Amino acid sequence: MISIIDYGAGNLKSVQHALSTLGFKTEIISSKEKINESDALILPGVGAFQDAMDQLVSLDLVDPIRENVKKGKPILGICLGLQLFFETSYENGKWAGLSLLEGEIVRFQDDVKVPHMGWNTLIPNPNANLEKGISAGISEKDYAYFVHSYYAEPKKQDEVVLWSDYGVRFPAAVQKGNVYGMQFHPEKSSEVGMKLLKNFGELVT
Amino acid sequence: MLAKRIIPCLDVRNGRVVKGQKFQNIKDVDDPVSLAKTYSEQGADELVFYDITASNEARDIFIDVVEQTAEQVHIPFTVGGGIRSVEDFRKVLKAGADKVSVNSAAVKNPQIIQEAAQKFGSQCVVLSIDAKQNEQGWWTVYLNGGRVNTEKDVLEWAKDGERLGAGEIVLNVMDTDGVKTGFSLAITKAISEQVNIPVVASGGAGNQEHFLEVLTEGKADAALAASVFHFEEIKVKELKDYLAANDVEVRRIS
Repeated sequence: MISIIDYGAGNLKSVQHALSTLGFKTEIISSKEKINESDALILPGVGAFQDAMDQLVSLDLVDPIRENVKKGKPILGICLGLQLFFETSYENGKWAGLSLLEGEIVRFQDDVKVPHMGWNTLIPNPNANLEKGISAGISEKDYAYFVHSYYAEPKKQDEVVLWSDYGVRFPAAVQKGNVYGMQFHPEKSSEVGMKLLKNFGELVT
Repeated sequence: MLAKRIIPCLDVRNGRVVKGQKFQNIKDVDDPVSLAKTYSEQGADELVFYDITASNEARDIFIDVVEQTAEQVHIPFTVGGGIRSVEDFRKVLKAGADKVSVNSAAVKNPQIIQEAAQKFGSQCVVLSIDAKQNEQGWWTVYLNGGRVNTEKDVLEWAKDGERLGAGEIVLNVMDTDGVKTGFSLAITKAISEQVNIPVVASGGAGNQEHFLEVLTEGKADAALAASVFHFEEIKVKELKDYLAANDVEVRRIS
């Protein structure tokens, strides 16, 4: 069972439908107990970083997420979900994240249109495994759908699986052990997105 | 590199897609969900569903279409038509829409942009502007399908929209809508250069060259059209091959 965490930030149905189409069992959860019971977690999210963290705090989900991830439970962060994995965000202030990954969340400069909205190319990190694992079957020609104004600046570049480029090179997908993150929306990225969700599903079930 | 987007627009009435042209009395219908799937398979980057129904019963049917699309189509889509309040935003987002476009209601009450952006995020708030040019060359904002001139300057309204928190602008030029003489390049370019959010050009698409022009000279980030796609005068896949051959970055599916 892949559990999608509902903390009031965003469109959970699309993620759930996409996973169901691929044949994975899913449920939408929002309690500590359910997080403990699940085989794998998905942290979706759209909206503001601070609101999202506040929601996770008020639902008392921060520690359960951290503890489960520490014990090795796989987790996939999508869009804002990926950003929440990092230590600090500078979105309208300075906010602490879940610190599952080292690095910061910063805004695109105004030399490009913000939000970064649309289909952009995925650029595999030279050390990324394109044969198996989360990025299996992905190539330089593939596009994914992004909608975001902020991006991650990871401390460790080898934790980046796929890059993308929008005035600056930024991580499109990251992985550190059981922690996976996608800045784009795989559930909205047509066949490429379905491939990536399938990779995640197969890794964790 | 970020690709230029091609967006088919589906007008929905009573749960069916209406394929109509402004100056020709052709009407045909299709199932919106299956048409959406077809466009997605052909490589459309996004879709727009426009609710052109009036009654509450039909509104429920429309919401049902939105839900089914979200379940079955894995590309982003915008919902517009009949959006009058933040509550309307909530309903269509909950049904699975990725973005919501607001038009007349925002002209009457610009705060709706700000409230929706604060509640749901700028990324899902699309300001749709119906525009016409007068004899003096001045572009103004129209309402009610081009019948009411608000005297509001189009460029200023686009900037206001950005400032209030819209994440994208759709510029629909009424003069060229349905007449297939090409997008309005100058006003599209002016808006695209003066706001720092994506601009979608709409109205006037007749052939592939029109798309090329508006995505290059017109500086649009995306181009939207309805009838040329519905009547298969232009196929999304062929259009993208053509654009790519002319050095426009587009997403092509293999």
